[in-house]
Amino acid sequence: MIASTLALILSDLGYRVGLLDLDFCGPSTHAILGIDGVYPEEDKGIVPPQVHGIKFLTIVYYAGDNPSPLRGIDISNAMIELLAITRWGSLDFLIIDMPPGIGDATLDTVRLIKGVEFLVITTPPKVAMETVGKTLRILKEMGVPIIGVIENMKMAESSYVREQIRKIDVPFGGEIAFDRELEDSVGDAVRLLETDFAQNLKQIVLSTPAFKPQDGG
Amino acid sequence: MHEWVLAEGVISTALEVAEREGLSETTAIKIKMGELQQIDLEIFELALREIRQSQTPMVTNATAELEKEAAVLKYRVCEREWAFGDAPLADEERETIHFVPEIAHTYITCPGCKSPDFQFVKGRGVWIDSIVGR
Ligand SMILES: Nc1ncnc2c1ncn2[C@@H]1O[C@H](COP(=O)(O)OP(=O)(O)O)[C@@H](O)[C@H]1O
Ligand SMILES: [Zn+2]
Repeated sequence: MIASTLALILSDLGYRVGLLDLDFCGPSTHAILGIDGVYPEEDKGIVPPQVHGIKFLTIVYYAGDNPSPLRGIDISNAMIELLAITRWGSLDFLIIDMPPGIGDATLDTVRLIKGVEFLVITTPPKVAMETVGKTLRILKEMGVPIIGVIENMKMAESSYVREQIRKIDVPFGGEIAFDRELEDSVGDAVRLLETDFAQNLKQIVLSTPAFKPQDGG
Repeated sequence: MHEWVLAEGVISTALEVAEREGLSETTAIKIKMGELQQIDLEIFELALREIRQSQTPMVTNATAELEKEAAVLKYRVCEREWAFGDAPLADEERETIHFVPEIAHTYITCPGCKSPDFQFVKGRGVWIDSIVGR
């Protein structure tokens, strides 16, 4: 949800944006953005179609709505294949939607994609923070740049997550409140950009230095 | 066409190897290609020729020999092996597997145990089998 909306926001701000869904086992960005009936073009590789101003690539182009039962090695190989054949052109930002945690996709992203920076999302429950904390510690240990941590679906005032983030010593990106209306705008990019959720995220983007393209990304 | 990207990869790998081995010229490159990639040989050769011309003299004169390797799937549950060529696939399905071979897991299950849990034991990828030079 955050990756898709972030791509929309950055594109709306006038940046050249690509969106790659690396959640092979549960791709959702196409459904969130309401993208259907478009396919990459073949031209000495594949060129992702541009939708809502975003160059968009998902495994759904190839798997349709069928399940893709992939093991770790398959995920790695499919990733390498996609990264090798896709011609993104010049972009200010390539946003990658990741599956949760530190599985194959995350490890391979660190290994294969130069200059990658992580925006990590957590939710308020302590159990969620527990797992995200481990991911953060590993990323830090590997020396991967962390743009920040966003606490999403916040429902009540609590400083628990913020304190944990401070303890791990990574930047806290901000909070996004639980948005009752969000579900109704899933599948409609225009309405999505108008939600409180998107407005919240936009404020975070505007106050985060990493989202100025000359800083990389 | 994803032949171009692969051809570029082959040439840059050949260059790296030639440099590492201290060759001043390569005379022959033998390339193996897995059936899963379903490379169009004509396009691949064309791409190879064009990319080679634009490179340093180290690879421009090398002959390229291409050989296909048939793909074999081995199922983890029942341990049986099947030839990829025998899988009943629609044309579009074959086409998507050409882009990302792992998509085969989406469209092929074991004729015996119905599992999609297989590994490719042969016929995936494009690789340089040998390089000759001086
Ligand atoms: N701030 C929010 N308020 C309300 N619903 C949300 C919010 N953030 C996410 N959701 C909902 O939660 C679901 C899963 O969100 P998503 O970010 O796609 O999770 P994940 O990427 O972890 O699978 C989505 O259906 C989305 O509508
Ligand atoms: Zn079987």
